[in-house]
Amino acid sequence: MTLFGYRLPGMSSLIIWGLLWEIVGQAGLTFFIPPLSEVVGTLIEVIQTAAFQKALYETAYAFIAGVFFAIVIGIPTGILMGKNRLLDELLLPWVNVFLSAPLTALVPVLMVLFGFGMKAIIITTTLFAIWIIILNSRAGVKQINRSLVEMAHSFGASPVDAFFKIYFWAALPEILGGVRIGIIRAVKGVIIGQLLISIVGFGALFELYSANFLMGHFWAVLIVLFALAFTISEFLAYLERRVSYYAAKR
Amino acid sequence: MDMSQTKTVVVDTVPESAVSTRNISKNYGEVEALRDLSLEFPRGQLISLLGPSGCGKTTLLKIIAGLLEPTSGEVEVNGKTVTGPGPDRAFVFQDFALLPWASVIRNVSFGLEMRGVAKSEREDIAARYIKEVGLGGFENAYPHELSGGMRQRVGLARALSVDAEVLLMDEPFSAVDEQTRRKFQEDLLGLVQNENKTFIFVTHSIEEAVYVSDQIAILLPRPSRVHEIIRPSGFREKGADNIRRDPEYLDIVDQIWASLRTYVE
Ligand SMILES: Nc1ncnc2c1ncn2[C@@H]1O[C@H](COP(=O)(O)OP(=O)(O)O)[C@@H](O)[C@H]1O
Ligand SMILES: [Mg+2]
Repeated sequence: MTLFGYRLPGMSSLIIWGLLWEIVGQAGLTFFIPPLSEVVGTLIEVIQTAAFQKALYETAYAFIAGVFFAIVIGIPTGILMGKNRLLDELLLPWVNVFLSAPLTALVPVLMVLFGFGMKAIIITTTLFAIWIIILNSRAGVKQINRSLVEMAHSFGASPVDAFFKIYFWAALPEILGGVRIGIIRAVKGVIIGQLLISIVGFGALFELYSANFLMGHFWAVLIVLFALAFTISEFLAYLERRVSYYAAKR
Repeated sequence: MDMSQTKTVVVDTVPESAVSTRNISKNYGEVEALRDLSLEFPRGQLISLLGPSGCGKTTLLKIIAGLLEPTSGEVEVNGKTVTGPGPDRAFVFQDFALLPWASVIRNVSFGLEMRGVAKSEREDIAARYIKEVGLGGFENAYPHELSGGMRQRVGLARALSVDAEVLLMDEPFSAVDEQTRRKFQEDLLGLVQNENKTFIFVTHSIEEAVYVSDQIAILLPRPSRVHEIIRPSGFREKGADNIRRDPEYLDIVDQIWASLRTYVE
């Protein structure tokens, strides 16, 4: 964006929205929106509390574990679906159903199956992230240049070699795109899990703050969460750009 | 035109076959791509498969490579029946088939990597062949930074570096520009002379086939079969510069065109 001939740095628009927030907050229109300056003050305060750090730890743990399983199960499953017709026909309908299903409705079932602890939260997180990772990995493999596969075969590549040295790399741009979207979904998954399954982590903080009308605290934690998700997503977008030089020429 | 002159068959100098195909048939569902095709590929020679597109040249080459299974018939390489790809054959692809995420040297050493050759050793070998195909200095470039001709040189270096006895080339020069193609053809003649390898070379260009080949197998389509085998003999020694002006060269080009013209829509 340029303004009066000056090139503005990315996300300058946030400044406008921040100003608007401050004005609405100062005007005291609703208890729901305290001024941004107050939220930022609360933020700095809250970050230092033991409750916040415990919540951050619990959330990060569930999130990282959930994303880890989504990636290590999702990528190979997607690649194998792209390679193997039979597996594809078998699994694709389910992947599509779960991708668009309201997964929140499944959470009570997960509670019955896996209890009210961390395990159920991790599985919820994985379920939110995994489908798009599978689908994207599959799409990445589907568009692979057949002659690369033949080339590997003609030079005696074993199936394992072909998997790690051809399919994985050929699909990497799509895989990274899938992981990026999957991670954004996992943030949703972990918070929903924490709210519905057992009140721990950030979910517990949201519950606590909103029940006590501590809107400053509520927004502060939300900002932290947004910033974390945004940072991870930007990092993955950066990785995607690193491989874009060959994404167009495979 | 006296046909017997151009088809000189000197029986007692025909060497043992490096590759033989016996009664190969290949059907793709309803499509009969090859029917009962038998051909001998003498060791140390360059044999072209020439024919209009769709006549099964790629299919035959991939069957020899072990990438496709024939519906019936068999391929022998050095007397052994082919059941799949093997270290005795290397393939040069029409679309180069380079790994876009890997540098030139990694691409060239890919075949050796698949054979379990240690990294430092395979990179030494790869570097040597990169120089040999004229790409010295581009070891760390990526395929998208190279021109089409340079990319095919990478593909060629990769096939040479595994030191297979048989090189299978599927229209390797069709995707490069005319000048580069001529240079390639000259270089190929040098390779055939210097490397003790058998080359099976697919092309749809009559001039190219006559220029580079010791033997030309003319395939006709639907279903594909060997129409005739031409062995140019007179102009081989006249040097790269003179071949295109040689009367025998020009006669053979005309003769092949006469055979093929009725099959061109
Ligand atoms: N995978 C395939 N499935 C069905 N038909 C094919 C396939 N590959 C080739 N064919 C058919 O077989 C015939 C020979 O093809 P090909 O070997 O590619 O010919 P060429 O290389 O001489 O142009 C063509 O008619 C083509 O349409
Ligand atoms: Mg072809």
